[in-house]
Amino acid sequence: MTVTIVNLKVNGVDQAFMARPGTTLLLALREQLGLTGAKRGCAQGACGSCTVLLDGAPVVSCLVPATTVDGADIATVEGLADGQQLSDVQQAFLDGFATQCGFCTPGMLMSAEALLARNPDPTADEVNEAISGNVCRCTGYAPIVSAILDAAERRRNRVEATH
Amino acid sequence: MTLLRGRGYASVNYPTGMNLGGDPSQAIIHATTMGGFVVTLSSVDLGQGLKTVVAQCAAETLGIPMENVIIDTADTDTGPHCMGTFASRGTHRVGNAVIMAAREAREVMLQVAADELEVDAGDLETDGTGFVRLKGSPATKIHISDIALAAHFKQGKSISGRGIFLKERSYPVPETGEMDPDSCQAHACTVAEVEVDDETGIVTVLRMYNTYEIGRALNPAMVAQQVEGGAWMGVSHAIFESTEPYYPASRAHGPIDFCEYLMPGPAEIPVQTSVILERPASNGPFGAKGIGEMTANAPIPAIANAIFDACGVRLTTMPFTPESVLRGLDALRAA
Repeated sequence: MTVTIVNLKVNGVDQAFMARPGTTLLLALREQLGLTGAKRGCAQGACGSCTVLLDGAPVVSCLVPATTVDGADIATVEGLADGQQLSDVQQAFLDGFATQCGFCTPGMLMSAEALLARNPDPTADEVNEAISGNVCRCTGYAPIVSAILDAAERRRNRVEATH
Repeated sequence: MTLLRGRGYASVNYPTGMNLGGDPSQAIIHATTMGGFVVTLSSVDLGQGLKTVVAQCAAETLGIPMENVIIDTADTDTGPHCMGTFASRGTHRVGNAVIMAAREAREVMLQVAADELEVDAGDLETDGTGFVRLKGSPATKIHISDIALAAHFKQGKSISGRGIFLKERSYPVPETGEMDPDSCQAHACTVAEVEVDDETGIVTVLRMYNTYEIGRALNPAMVAQQVEGGAWMGVSHAIFESTEPYYPASRAHGPIDFCEYLMPGPAEIPVQTSVILERPASNGPFGAKGIGEMTANAPIPAIANAIFDACGVRLTTMPFTPESVLRGLDALRAA
């Protein structure tokens, strides 16, 4: 079996690991790089708990062959906070109690970050669409949607304050 | 095509805990050298927040900050016995056991503090920020980390406590069938508003109004989350989820995966209004009853009743699919 060395950037840090064919990006992140924030829920791309950003776009990392991401820029939930300073989305989830068991939360956060990066002022419908690939079995979604809208407002206010 | 609106109501009385061969949970609490209080349990937090609630119970009883409480549910092989996390029993059973253990540990903590301060333990109180102080003379005080150090290295004492809550087995009275199967009952009702499309048979749940009487809400935010998240699951059971065709036809149980298991997404949730009523239960931890499983129950018959109110179709098999609605409408027209 051919082993490939994969070089990539994860949360801004250069990383390298050896991948066999069939190794998923999720498996490499969790087991080789020790980043266990992305969760393995269904392992078939249906639950969204493994969502990470691949060159800024949200992907279900359980379906991404690790050998195909050589040279890519990956963002995971571990990279969102700046030290103890949570990102706006994280803080809004915390303040709005948009989590219960927490298993879906890393994927939800990454889908939300991707949405707000491309659309700073989303409607509730656009939020619903952005997280439609992320299954939550606890909250009933309403607090998550509210938190993402709240985070969007926090980000806009921050941008206005710095101009 | 007509969109038919309807409103339905259902209520639920739900037992906290169960009664097979007796229903116990145990807790052991001990202080570390640094003044952390470890609560050792075999009770599993499935994600519902049990660790948070029992940490609240321990902190409140010990009179110390929650940050000083460490909940250890690491190992059911070695931890004190718990029957398990089911039957909406966790908060009630484990909470009571933790309070009992914390009372015993608190007594030792106060005695160690009394010996250090050279006062009577009966004259001491906790201030909730981590200090034990003399009543009426708050400057005479000692921090729990110093109490723990003194206990370990000077007085040779273990600041610890044991707790158990046991709901004893209750046999039915043969003559009457009367028995005492649970510890208390929580009560709830849900009003659901639905819209039924008489051409496609699709049912949309527009709004739900939930009222819950659950004893004391130990953590109101988690209670609200459980009520509305559970109601979402009720909507899911009512109009989405089905294990067909994998169960019972061709598999031992369950659908194969999420791809084939339909659940409502974020765009399909009703607007919810929820009210919590607190009537503390005499045998609950600080008056709490269980609020785990019941939250998915009332929405289902409420939605069935709302569908009947909207279009006259009485459905008794879940989920209430478009096909079942259309067959019901056909039957009404044929009659």
